[in-house]
Amino acid sequence: MSSRYDRAITVFSPDGHLFQVEYALEAVRKGATAVAVRGKDVIVLGVEKKSVVSLQEPRTVRKILKLDDHICLAFAGLTADARVLVNRARIECQSYKLTVEDPVSVEYISRYIAGIQQKYTQSGGVRPFGISTLIVGYDPDGTPRLYQTDPSGTYSAWKANAIGRNSKTVREFLEKAYTEGTGEETIRLAIKALLEVVETGGKTIEIAVLRKGQPLTLLDDKEIERIVKDVEAEKEKEKQQKIASGDDK
Amino acid sequence: QMCIRDSINAEYGTKDFVNNMETAIGIKLKDAVLIAVNTDCFRSIVKLNDADKIKELDRTKILAAVGEHGDREAFCEYIQKNVSLYAIRNNLALSTQGAANFTRHELAHALRSGPYNVNLLLGGVDEDGPSLYFMDYLASLNKLNFAVHGYSSNFILSTLDKYYKEGLSVEEGFHLLRLCINELKKRFLVRNVAFLVKVVTVAGVSVTTLNVEDVQV
Repeated sequence: MSSRYDRAITVFSPDGHLFQVEYALEAVRKGATAVAVRGKDVIVLGVEKKSVVSLQEPRTVRKILKLDDHICLAFAGLTADARVLVNRARIECQSYKLTVEDPVSVEYISRYIAGIQQKYTQSGGVRPFGISTLIVGYDPDGTPRLYQTDPSGTYSAWKANAIGRNSKTVREFLEKAYTEGTGEETIRLAIKALLEVVETGGKTIEIAVLRKGQPLTLLDDKEIERIVKDVEAEKEKEKQQKIASGDDK
Repeated sequence: QMCIRDSINAEYGTKDFVNNMETAIGIKLKDAVLIAVNTDCFRSIVKLNDADKIKELDRTKILAAVGEHGDREAFCEYIQKNVSLYAIRNNLALSTQGAANFTRHELAHALRSGPYNVNLLLGGVDEDGPSLYFMDYLASLNKLNFAVHGYSSNFILSTLDKYYKEGLSVEEGFHLLRLCINELKKRFLVRNVAFLVKVVTVAGVSVTTLNVEDVQV
C-alpha cells in the first residue's frame, strides 16, 4: 500500500503520511548520535565520533559546525545534506547582519533552516534533507538557547535533546537526569548522556562547549578522558552502594 | 558563489565621476598599516562632521573608502560581511591579498551595470608582514607602500615620496602623516577639521582622531 504513495514527496498517503519525510527520518536515525545540553551559562554539544578509517584525516570530519560567532550546529544524518544547509544558514547569518545590523537570534536561524527543510517537502522533483539538526547559541540579550529541526521542517526549543542513533535512550536518560546546571556540571551531563549509547572510552566522543561571548571550544581528548573516568568511577560507586544496600535488605 | 547584491540605481542624484574633495592617506609601516581619512562628508549643501570612513573587515584588516556616501557604506559593509562569511565557511581568515582581490572583483563586477562610486585603501597585516592596496572606482588594484586618494594627492604624494622609508615605526608614521596634513593645511583649498586615523597591527586596530588645528610640524 505504502509503495504507491512513497515515490513523490508531494503525495499524501490515504492515512495522512508523507512517506518521503518519514524515510528521511529513518536516514537520520541511522546517523551518529548527537546530544545537546543547555546550562545556565554554558551550552554543551556532544557527538559520537564515527570509527575513523586510519587513512582518513580525522580533523576534516566535523559534525559540529559554526554558523556564526555565537551560534553552532550539530547534525545527524546525511553529511552532504548538512553541508548544503549549513552553507545556506551561514550566508543568511551574514545577510541578516548586513540588513539589520544585529546578529541573528537562535530562534530566527532555526526557523530559517526549518523553513528550507519544509520547502523541500512541498516541491516537485526534490527530496527532503536527510538530517535533523541541534542548533545552539546565545541570543543577542545573552540567553542560551537550544533548538532542534528535522526533515519535516518542524523546529522547537529544548532544554536538552539528542538525535541520531539511539537518541531515544539518550533522551530518556536526560529526562531523568537533567537539571539546569552551570559549567562543568553541564559538560558532565552531556558526557554521561552520550556514554549511555556509545562505546566506552573518551576516544569515541567529541565535546564542544559554547560560552557566552567566547568562540566555540572543543574539549581535548585528555580533558574528555578525565571526565569519562570520573563519570565511570561514579557509576561504579553507585553500583557498589546499590549492591551493599541490597545485601542489607 | 555570490553573497548578497545591493542593486544601486545610479541615475537620480549621482554623478558618474567620483567626488575628489575627500582625503584618504595610507602608509605601510614596519609591522603595521596606517590609514587616515578626513572626517567630513558633504553632498550639495549638507555636511556631516564625524563620519567614520574606515571599516574594520576583521581583526587585522581595514578598508577605507572615499566617494559617494551611500555607496561607501553599502559597499564596505558588504565586503566586511563577505570577509566574515569566508572565515566562518573555511575556518580560516582571508589574507589581505585575498580580501583586496575579492574587493576589486566586486567593483569590477558592478562596474558595467551599477558601479560603486568609491575609491578605496585596504590595509592589513598577515604573517608575512603588512600590505597596503590602492583601488579606485574603475576597479584598478595596486599594492603600494603609500597611497593617497582625492585632490590632496596632488600635494601629498611628493611629501610622501621624499620622506617615506621602509620600516617606519608607528610614531614615525604619525610624524609623516602630520607632515602631509601640514601641507594640506597650508596649500589645499578645502579646510579639513579632523582626520580619523586607524592603525592596524597583528594585535588589532587602534583608532585616533587627529585635529588639524593641533598639527604643527
